[in-house]
Amino acid sequence: MADHVEHAVNNVSVDGTEGSRHTETSPGRTEVELNGQPPTARPPLVLTDTEEDEDEELTLKYGAKHVIMLFIPVTLCMVVVVATIKSVSFYTQKDGQQLIYTPFREDTETVGQRALNSMLNAAIMISVIVVMTLVLVVLYKYRCYKVIQGWLFFSNLLLLFFFSFIYLGEVFKTYNVAMDYLTLALIIWNFGVVGMICIHWKGPLRLQQAYLIMISALMALVFIKYLPEWTAWLILAAISVYDLLAVLCPKGPLRILVETAQERNEPIFPALIYSSTMVWLFNMADSAETRNNSSHPVPEQENQVAVAPMAQPDDDGGFTPAWVDQQQHQLGPMQSTEDSRREIQELPSARPPPEEDEEERGVKLGLGDFIFYSMLVGKASATASGDWNTTLACFVAILIGLCLTLLLLAIFKKALPALPISITFGLVFYFATDNLVRPFMDQLAVHQFYI
Amino acid sequence: MTVAVFFGCAFIAFGPAFSLFVFTIARDPLRVIILIAGAFFWLLSLLLSSLVWFISIKASNSQDLRLQRDLLIFGVFFSVLLQEVFRFAYYRLLRKATEGLAAISDEDTSAISVRQMAYVAGLGFGIMSGAFSMINVLSDSLGPGTVGIFGDSQYYFITAALMTLALTLLHTFWGVLFFEGCEKSRWWVIAAVVSLHLLVAGLVMFPLDAAGELHITRASHYCFTFIHTARVI
Repeated sequence: MADHVEHAVNNVSVDGTEGSRHTETSPGRTEVELNGQPPTARPPLVLTDTEEDEDEELTLKYGAKHVIMLFIPVTLCMVVVVATIKSVSFYTQKDGQQLIYTPFREDTETVGQRALNSMLNAAIMISVIVVMTLVLVVLYKYRCYKVIQGWLFFSNLLLLFFFSFIYLGEVFKTYNVAMDYLTLALIIWNFGVVGMICIHWKGPLRLQQAYLIMISALMALVFIKYLPEWTAWLILAAISVYDLLAVLCPKGPLRILVETAQERNEPIFPALIYSSTMVWLFNMADSAETRNNSSHPVPEQENQVAVAPMAQPDDDGGFTPAWVDQQQHQLGPMQSTEDSRREIQELPSARPPPEEDEEERGVKLGLGDFIFYSMLVGKASATASGDWNTTLACFVAILIGLCLTLLLLAIFKKALPALPISITFGLVFYFATDNLVRPFMDQLAVHQFYI
Repeated sequence: MTVAVFFGCAFIAFGPAFSLFVFTIARDPLRVIILIAGAFFWLLSLLLSSLVWFISIKASNSQDLRLQRDLLIFGVFFSVLLQEVFRFAYYRLLRKATEGLAAISDEDTSAISVRQMAYVAGLGFGIMSGAFSMINVLSDSLGPGTVGIFGDSQYYFITAALMTLALTLLHTFWGVLFFEGCEKSRWWVIAAVVSLHLLVAGLVMFPLDAAGELHITRASHYCFTFIHTARVI
């Protein structure tokens, strides 16, 4: 199912937090040839103290920007989920249906029985997720890319067409909008096809980000509807523990996945990761690519195709013959070869790092993280008696958890689990606000006391 | 009427804070983070003070209304003190962070000054405090209903909105003053901020009459804060 694939990669990784001054490729990023240099040909550059300090400072300076680049999509996803929960009653109605992964019912006579059932449900769900993750890692390790692609393709198809059809239907019912099937088919068809293209192929960055946010929100809504109360909270707690183990333990499946991807210099499937910068596809055909490096406008060969937000012109990279002629006229005829370029690269340069490095050093967050954050906040708004206070408290808690996770990321510079800190804070604040703060604030509001 | 009341009260309560956010904070990612962290610290202080109040409530006789009210008053004062303690804790955290940034950067100045941080932290406290007081009231004001149908004051929503506005701005001012006092080690400034906060919380508790209370509390705390801000700058 879509959710398991998305749960599988719910870790955070950052690109290029090392070495912004150098156009070297760092292990965490997709490997690209920069300025004509193949990744392995460059001799290891020894960083001096000052360079390291500058790197650290640049990291921290740019760290705030990356945090905001993640705050915004996480906030948007939560806003969509909370808005839907508050307005469309379908997602808070319990129809009595449950997912097949949570077979035990919670409407039992005794509290003990209910606790037992919910623990069993959570155990089954978590083991299904573990199995799916292991299958994914095994498939990846043995290079069965087609199977993984097909799996992701099918799950996104399900989400983009079927679940969004249901969602749209419920929204129309809530607002009593009359709609005919033809128009609906047209809308859903277009929405779905554009979504599939954006996520699995090329598309404008913002549109792809928007689609990823939408499918995460849809998935979170499905969980909120179909998971019973106690099961949902237990699953949240258990999945953050699992995430911690899977990403940090040496034999953890997610760690193996990330390390294998790094060894092979490939990006992890774009359909599972939200990226704040350009998204890279793998297994696309080789083609000559250009990049507008402000200091060295030289066309280069790359192993992978960049799905850049800017249009990809013809192969001369925008250096029309007229421009080349003009340059040659002004600067004299120049021939640059691989070797000459490499030599120039190795000259110490005092130029500031090129523009794109700052933007390329984006940060990635797994879609599973989006789903579980939104699920927590959505459940808080659906079931809390403290209502908006609880929702707001969980929202702030999750954002602060994300901020701390990114801080740790900037310090440790390797893939980290994004769920544990945020979900822990979120759960603590949910239960504390609902049970402790709500009565206090209610009493204050009744007497009109302000603190 | 209800939608109009909702929007009116929302804009009264959150308008200035929102425009402060949009014009001074939204562009700088570091300030946004400091704002949200400030909100988090206020939330922590509220959590702990609610815990203390809850324990005291559970340990006491729930039938004795007088005692319950006294415990609530105690809860309010304890919450105010705890908020100031957390404000101090946030000040220490921010100082450490600035020192860390300044130590490794080449320039002498860091990206953000203590005064800016004070303002942003104060605004964070204020926004969170205002949101917690007002959001449930706002969501109720949207729905069908009549204010004061059982003989209570008709002005509940508007006074709530105005008090929220006042408190949000007050927290911002107090943040600036408090951090300034900590920076220059002027302990009387810190004492003044704490006592002002207690005074405001206390004034709201002893109404003279429905209109008089609002008038006096708002006027007095604006006066006090402007005097003190003028002094320290």
